Amino acid sequence: MGSIRFKNVDKVFGPSAGGVKVLDDINLEIAEKEFVAIVGPSGCGKTTCLRMVAGFEPPTSGEVSVNGKVVTAPGPDRAVVFQQFALFPWKSVRDNIDLGLRNKNLPKVERDERIAAALRLMNLESHADAFPHQLSGGMQQRVAIARAYVLDPEVLLMDEPFGALDAQTRVVMQEELVRLARVNPRTVLFITHAVEEAVYLADRVAIMTRRPGRIKEVLDIRKVREAENWDRMTRIEDVMDLESFVHLRTQIWKSLREEKGANSV
Amino acid sequence: MGPPLPLRERLVLGGLGLGGFIALWTLLSTTGIVPRSFLPTPFDVMSRFAVLLSTPFAGATLPQHLASSFQRYGSGVLLAAAIGVPLGLMMGWFRVLDDIVTPIFDGLRFIAPIAWVPFAALWFGTGIGGPVLIIFAGAFPPCLINAYRGARFVEPRLIEAARMLGTGNTRMIVEILLPAATPSIVAGLRVSAGLGWQSLVGAELIVAAAGIGFMMVQAQANVATPTVMAGMVAIGLVGMLIDILLRQFEAWLRRRRGLEV
Repeated sequence: MGSIRFKNVDKVFGPSAGGVKVLDDINLEIAEKEFVAIVGPSGCGKTTCLRMVAGFEPPTSGEVSVNGKVVTAPGPDRAVVFQQFALFPWKSVRDNIDLGLRNKNLPKVERDERIAAALRLMNLESHADAFPHQLSGGMQQRVAIARAYVLDPEVLLMDEPFGALDAQTRVVMQEELVRLARVNPRTVLFITHAVEEAVYLADRVAIMTRRPGRIKEVLDIRKVREAENWDRMTRIEDVMDLESFVHLRTQIWKSLREEKGANSV
Repeated sequence: MGPPLPLRERLVLGGLGLGGFIALWTLLSTTGIVPRSFLPTPFDVMSRFAVLLSTPFAGATLPQHLASSFQRYGSGVLLAAAIGVPLGLMMGWFRVLDDIVTPIFDGLRFIAPIAWVPFAALWFGTGIGGPVLIIFAGAFPPCLINAYRGARFVEPRLIEAARMLGTGNTRMIVEILLPAATPSIVAGLRVSAGLGWQSLVGAELIVAAAGIGFMMVQAQANVATPTVMAGMVAIGLVGMLIDILLRQFEAWLRRRRGLEV
């Protein structure tokens, strides 16, 4: 459960004639429990890809499907973690996490258990009654991840989730996410413009061209990771020094630079 | 506008404004440039105000008239909020409802509350319904408009977050749109409270027993100008008080939400 498929997806913003084409013939298949990161120059439409899986935007043509079913609306089977957290400021941490469970009409006892587990998982136990504005950015994003995870979604959609965090917090959150993916693997579609983050986290990295975005190439990180025996649980700074990691990173950078160069001339 | 001045200077300037206003008023009324029966002096008004606090005029003292007015006023404003806020929120969520209500509302809201007086009298006689209708007519539009705008301008991310969490329509309105729109709604309630209070004199043209507007109408019939003005002062003071209280409430709400005051 949780496979994602983009089939010949085009997206045009604005009027169908004379609008801006942001995505051009996107084809990508993501297997169940696979972690795929999409990187690309800004404005290439990578976030639009995620929003179409979430059901926030329809494709102009082509199909986006999850488990073989065409996506038509948002739903808790596809939980989203937003860059700007999107927590409800008037709800406590607990109530933010609870909303999705209440929408599923789960009994109170089960909801409480699941909230407690999610709080424990994200190290938020002592902040259950705090309000979002009382928390740091990193803590807020933990709440957003807990809110998504607690629904037990088949697919986790993360839209530059660590983009608004400072560098140290970002590293901590990346390691947390790796830990989560180990404990409770999900299909993850992860949007980022940070190349290292993509290589560190993902099973596969899809590189997009500049607008109108196409999938330029897809690198399988797993092969290298397994061949070179770098375990994802290793601390990020250890991994980052490995030759195989550096090689992949450079490869992606070069690929992206071609896009930037073409754009900025 | 430049940066705000220090509090002390603002108090001095405010005092200068008020002092100048009263000085001009005193000058006009005591020198006879304007006949005293047309424009009573500030002293006449204030002493009349003091007398009215304990001596009945038109059947009741000033506080009693105010208390009577407050019943109508409270009913009218509460009714406006109770209908306007939910309707505005629903219009902000259901496009169909928006398309149905907006044309009617846009036509009706430009009719001044006082224009409803003849019909209020016709429909309700001298009962409480008439004044309540007129105050309602004054207070309703800002309630509806601000709830509607508040709902329409909720951060799109929050709506998306709620939708991906599987939130249905009712819960979306009650738990997402309502709290998100609360600052806008409270600002609207402030305007509503003010407009409702302004409509009071008009509303009390058609009451028979008591009320601050009723008192002023009676005084006007007797050319008791200091009494009319004492009524105006009372309306101004109470209006300010209502606004100050609502502003405090608004600031408290914003602080609680972690927003800037």
